[in-house]
Amino acid sequence: MELYEWPAHRIHRGLVTGEVSAREVALATLDRIGQVESSVGAYLHLRPREDVLADADAVDAALRRGESLAAFGGVPVAIKDNMCCRLLPTTCASRILEGFHPPYDATAVTRLQGQRAVLLGNTNMDEFAMGSSTEHSAGGVTRNPWDLGRVPGGSSGGSAAAVAAGEAVVALGSDTGGSVRQPAAFCGVVGLKPTYGRVSRFGLVAFASSLDQIGPFGRDVRDVALLLGAVAGHDPADATSRPAEVPDFEAALVPDCRGLRLGVPREFLAAGVSPEVRAAIAAAVDLLVELGAEVQECSLPTVPYALDAYYVIAPAEASSNLARFEGVRFGRRAQGTSDYVEMFRRSRGEGFGPEVRRRIMLGTYALSAGYYDQYYGKAQQVRTLICREFEEALSGYAALVTPTAPSVAFGFAEKMDDPLQMYASDVCTVPINLAGLPAVSLPCGFSNGLPIGLQFIGRAFDEETILRLAYAYEQAADLRHRRPPIVAPRG
Amino acid sequence: MGATIGEEQVRHVAALARLALPEADVSRYARELDRILEHVARLQAIDTADIPLTSNALVVAGVLRPDEARPGLSGEDAVRNAPAQHAGMYQVPRVLDGA
Repeated sequence: MELYEWPAHRIHRGLVTGEVSAREVALATLDRIGQVESSVGAYLHLRPREDVLADADAVDAALRRGESLAAFGGVPVAIKDNMCCRLLPTTCASRILEGFHPPYDATAVTRLQGQRAVLLGNTNMDEFAMGSSTEHSAGGVTRNPWDLGRVPGGSSGGSAAAVAAGEAVVALGSDTGGSVRQPAAFCGVVGLKPTYGRVSRFGLVAFASSLDQIGPFGRDVRDVALLLGAVAGHDPADATSRPAEVPDFEAALVPDCRGLRLGVPREFLAAGVSPEVRAAIAAAVDLLVELGAEVQECSLPTVPYALDAYYVIAPAEASSNLARFEGVRFGRRAQGTSDYVEMFRRSRGEGFGPEVRRRIMLGTYALSAGYYDQYYGKAQQVRTLICREFEEALSGYAALVTPTAPSVAFGFAEKMDDPLQMYASDVCTVPINLAGLPAVSLPCGFSNGLPIGLQFIGRAFDEETILRLAYAYEQAADLRHRRPPIVAPRG
Repeated sequence: MGATIGEEQVRHVAALARLALPEADVSRYARELDRILEHVARLQAIDTADIPLTSNALVVAGVLRPDEARPGLSGEDAVRNAPAQHAGMYQVPRVLDGA
């Protein structure tokens, strides 16, 4: 295994024993970026090489002084371009935030820096995290490392592609309706959406505040468990972060499923899920049974309406959250206007891309006088039903097993002209955000060389069980050493 | 079934959202929003009588913290990203006439 392919836990061991230096690790990843970034396009902003190496050297110096090393000390990491970080511009892949340099750091970023992680840069995304392919970015194209003619998924497509391509060891993304898990599935890496409230949202640019969570990407389940542990925990700066103890997630990684009852909700395998995905999930379920799990089919009858509820609630919250971008306090201001309101209108019109404008319009409409009860009220009631169904199912099952996405990665421009088709690629992930539950995606097979994602959904604040399941499956299926070839499409 | 949202309403919503929308895009937005709203209308078929609204799936109620002074952003940091500033304040076009 090349040094740039080492998982974080392996790097940690190598650093502690003196087998490698943090500088060597950083150089390996920087070299890898130099080789493949022009093909993949995972990053929006990379830190200067000398700054990255200086951070690595500081880790080596600390080790020489005999200081103890945290799990991500000396590990090259990437963050999504919607997490404030004073070392980088933070733009949410939007023209409206061009050149924005945050005056403070997101708590998740602070925690990684507190561990002396070596920050490489921030990654491409759909503008303001609204999208499922990273095509809605003002910052350029990110390609799927498994097939450069296909999308990496989204919205955290840059983070997923960076980890898959070896351009970062681990990365952070954010997940509002599947934006960590779906790109993880498309790029063949592990991605986890924590329980709502597990990770502080402070410094994460808000999209839909009742749904947003920061989540980890890694090339194996252990790295994802460790990264979750590194960023999780109560933060007084986020009133929705849960003041609960953070468990030792690594200790949960037991390589069997004995004593676990799992449900397979049939609604997640309904029409629209491709035959190869269905077959891969069926095979995964067989393996889980071999590993000792008891698996039953179950039903969550309101889940087929989750996408509809989501596409009212998320745009409604977004239309309110994005009101702050008006060209006064930060970001882009339209030139040549002498009228205050006209300046707002034009700054927003010029700064936001088509999908963000669409969602602002949709959300504004759903919240406007005369339509509020019909759309927003109704969607929030349906959300209550969905929450109840999950709660009931998870009182009988330790976790639920579903596909992460209804298909493998699709081609560029395939869904750009049809918003509804694009939204449908989140059909298996959106319900979990509505219910606030944790879920993890990991590779469970390939179709024509493209990864397929398996999703485990857990009880609130029980990431341990889904991490255990993911780990047991990963160890038994042994797909994790398969790496993308990064070859350009033919023709 | 008639359109849920027409061009006039698209203009109205854009005005509410303070979003300049090129006139050439209005009909496309009307069409796209209409399709999305038509899809979302499926929600009406669900019986939600007496079902409360969820505002937050796992809300932590009544979060309090000690009322203590803590360091915050400096004035300089707060205006550093503003497109226009004057004497440590955000600068905007004139709001009041005759001043």
